[in-house]
Amino acid sequence: MSVVFYLLAAMTIAGGLAAVLLKQLVHAALAVTVAFAGLALLYLDLDAQFAGFAQILVYIGAVTILIVFAILLTRSSDLPKEGVFSGTWAVGLMIAAGVFAVLGWAVLASVRVVPQQSPAPAVTVRDIGNALVGRYALPLEIVGLLLTAATVGAVIVAMHEKERPKG
Amino acid sequence: MATTPFSTQLDQIFVLLRDWLVGYLPAAYRPAAGAVLGVLGIISVFPALFALTTVFERKGLGRMQNRFGPNRVGPYGFFQPVADGIKALIKEDVIPFRADGVVHFVAPIVLLVTVFMGFAVLPVGRNMVLADMDSGLLFFFAMGAATELSVFMAGWSSRNKYSLLGAMRGIAQMISYEVVLLLSAVSIVMIGGSLSLSKIVEAQNSYTGIFPHWYVFTPWGLAGFLMFGVAATAETNRCPFDLPEGESEIVAGYFTEYSGFKFAIFFIGEYLAMFSLSGMATTLFLGGWSAPLSILNFIPSWIWFFGKVMIFIFVFIWVRGTLPRLRQDQLMNFAWKFVLPLSLVNLIVTALWRFMGEGWLRWVVSTAILAAFYVLVGRASFRRKNIGLRSYRYAE
Amino acid sequence: MLGEGILKGLAETAKNFFGSYVSKERLTTVQYPEERIPTVENARVFPFLVYDGPDWEAGLRCVSCQICEKECPPKCIFIEKSKDKKPDFVGKMQFYPVRFDIDTSVCMSCQICVEVCPFDAIRMNTGFELATGDRFGGLLLDRKHLAHSNEYYHSIHPTEAAEVDARRAEEKAAAEAKAKAAAEAAAAKAAAAPAAAPAPTKQPAEGGS
Repeated sequence: MSVVFYLLAAMTIAGGLAAVLLKQLVHAALAVTVAFAGLALLYLDLDAQFAGFAQILVYIGAVTILIVFAILLTRSSDLPKEGVFSGTWAVGLMIAAGVFAVLGWAVLASVRVVPQQSPAPAVTVRDIGNALVGRYALPLEIVGLLLTAATVGAVIVAMHEKERPKG
Repeated sequence: MATTPFSTQLDQIFVLLRDWLVGYLPAAYRPAAGAVLGVLGIISVFPALFALTTVFERKGLGRMQNRFGPNRVGPYGFFQPVADGIKALIKEDVIPFRADGVVHFVAPIVLLVTVFMGFAVLPVGRNMVLADMDSGLLFFFAMGAATELSVFMAGWSSRNKYSLLGAMRGIAQMISYEVVLLLSAVSIVMIGGSLSLSKIVEAQNSYTGIFPHWYVFTPWGLAGFLMFGVAATAETNRCPFDLPEGESEIVAGYFTEYSGFKFAIFFIGEYLAMFSLSGMATTLFLGGWSAPLSILNFIPSWIWFFGKVMIFIFVFIWVRGTLPRLRQDQLMNFAWKFVLPLSLVNLIVTALWRFMGEGWLRWVVSTAILAAFYVLVGRASFRRKNIGLRSYRYAE
Repeated sequence: MLGEGILKGLAETAKNFFGSYVSKERLTTVQYPEERIPTVENARVFPFLVYDGPDWEAGLRCVSCQICEKECPPKCIFIEKSKDKKPDFVGKMQFYPVRFDIDTSVCMSCQICVEVCPFDAIRMNTGFELATGDRFGGLLLDRKHLAHSNEYYHSIHPTEAAEVDARRAEEKAAAEAKAKAAAEAAAAKAAAAPAAAPAPTKQPAEGGS
C-alpha cells in the first residue's frame, strides 16, 4: 500500500463521487472518465499493463463516448430543476451496500490465498491470449454472443421503418 | 565504445549522448533523468517537425495547384511557421460567454497530452524507444482513443452549434475508423506474436538477399497497410475525411470557438497525431527503423524512421491536394460496409497465412481471396446508384 | 474498378507538382510587388482631376459646377466654389474649385462623377495602391493629390483621352471661329456704325448652379 495507491484511490473515488453529485450530466460523464482513468492507473500500478490499457481503450475511448452521446441525443443539456437525487435513493443505497458487502466478503475471503502465489506473476499478452481462448473460451463465446445480440438489437431499433405508408 | 565502428556510433549517437549526460548524475537518479531526456527529445523533435511540415504542406499544396505557396518570410518562405507561431501567441484568447470554462480550458490540454503520450512507445531508432512496454501497441491505441474525449470536450463546452456538430461528426468518424485501425494492426500481432513495438520491428529486421522482410510485402500486409492508411487519414481528420472541420459547412468544427494559442494547440495536436500514426504505420508495416535494403544498413536507423514518416506525411499532403471532401453518409458507408468487412477478411487471410506454412500456395490463396473480395464488394457497394428524391426522416 | 479514379487524380496532382518546377507557364501567379501586370485601359479605381499645361493649379479643368458633388451616390465629393473667375481653355471666364476633396474610404468607384462631368475634368484613375497608415486624413484626398496632368490621362486611358482631346480641340476651334466671326461682324458693324458696343454675348454663358 504505497503513496501512489492512495493517490490513485483518492482520484478514483473523487471521480466517482463527482459523477454522482454533479448536476450537469455531461460533467458527470466526464467525472466518470476520471474514475475510469484512476482505475486504469491502479491496474498499471499493479503491473497489469494489458488490463490497464484495455481499460483506457474500452472505457475512456468507447464507454464514455457512448455515455455522452446518449446524453446528448436523449435530452436537452439544460440543468435539471429538481435535485440530483431520485426519489428511490434509499433503495439504491441498499443495493449499493449489498454489492459492497458481497465484494468485501470476496476480497476478505481471498486474502489468505494471495501470499502463497508468486508476488508478481509475469503475465504476458501471450498468456492472456492463451487463457482467453483456452480456459475461458466459453465465457468469451458467451460474451461475444451477447454483444452480437446487442448489436443486432441496436440495428433493428435504429432501422428505417419500411412498412410505414409512403405519403 | 572506441572499438565500435563509426556507423554504429552514429546510429546510437542519441543513446550515447543521453548516457553521457546522465553519467554525471548519481546512479540513483539515472533512470529518471534518462526518461526526462527522452521526453525532452520527443517534445522538441516532433513539434519542430510539425513546424517544418506546415510550410512543406503549404508549399506542396501550392505546387499541386500550380501556385507558389508561401515564399515571403525568410528564404523561400521557410520562416513562415515562426511568423504563424508569433501570430498565434499574441492573439487574444477569446472564451465565449456561455462556454463551460473549465472543460473549454482542459480540452486542448487533454488532446496534447494524449497525443504526446503516444510517442512514448514508438521505436524511432535502434534502442531508441522511451518506454519499451510489453503491450506498447495497446498503449498507443488507448492514447489514440483518449483523444476522442478531448474532441467531445472541445465541441460540447463551446456552446456553439458548429462546434457541437463538428464534435459529433469527429467522434462518429474516429470511432468508426478506429475499429479498422485496430483490426488492421491485429493481423500484425497475429503474425508477430507480440504487442511490443520493438519486437515487431525486430521481427521485420531481417533480409532475404538484400530485400527486407517487411510486412507490407505480403498480401495481408499490403491490404492491412492500405486500410491502416485510410483509417489513419480519417482518424487525424485529414482530407478527404476532414468533415469534422469542414470549413465550408461548420466553420472549423469542434475548435471553432478557440482562438490564439489554444487554436494552435489543436492544430499542433492534429499534426502530431498524424506523425504518431505515420510512425505507427511505419513501425507495423514498413519495418520501423530498419533499412529498406540490407546494403543500406550503414545509414543510421533514426534517419530511416524519420524518412519513412516524412514519406507518409508527403502522401497525406498529396491526397489532401487531390481528393474532395466526402459526405457524411459516404464516409460511414465506406467505413462500415467496405473497409471493416475487408479488414475482417484480412484477419482470416492472416490466419490462413499463419497456418499454411512456407511455400507459394499461401501467396496465391491470400492474394486471390483479398483481390476477389476487393473487386466484388467494391463493385457491389459502389455501383452508380439512381438517386431519387431525398427523404428526410425526422423533418417531415 | 474501385480506386481507379483516385489513382488518376493522384497522377494529375503529381504532374502538377513536378510540372510547376519545370515549366514556368504553369505558374500563373504574378509576384505582385516585384512583378506587375500592366493595368487594363478600362480599369477604374478612384477619380482624379485632369489639368492642362505645366501648373496643376492654373490648369485644372474643373469649373466647380458641383454636378458631380450632387450626383455622387455615397456623397464622397466636397467642392468649395471660388469667388473670382479665370479664363478656361476657350478663353471663357469660369469659376474654379478652391477646395475639391474626395474621401477614398467612402468612394465606391462607380464612375458616375465621370459620366456627368460636362467639362471632362474628372476621370477615373487606375492606381490602386491607396493604402495608408492614417485612416482619416490619409484617405481624404484634396485637389493637390487628386490633380493629374493630361499626359498622365493619356498614359492610362489613351483612347478615351484622345477622344476628349479631339472634342476639346473642336470646341476650341469652333469658339475661336465664332470669336473671329463675332470680331469680324463687330469690325464690320464698327465700320458701319462706330457707336455700337463690342461683343455683348460673351458673359452669361457659364456652367453653373
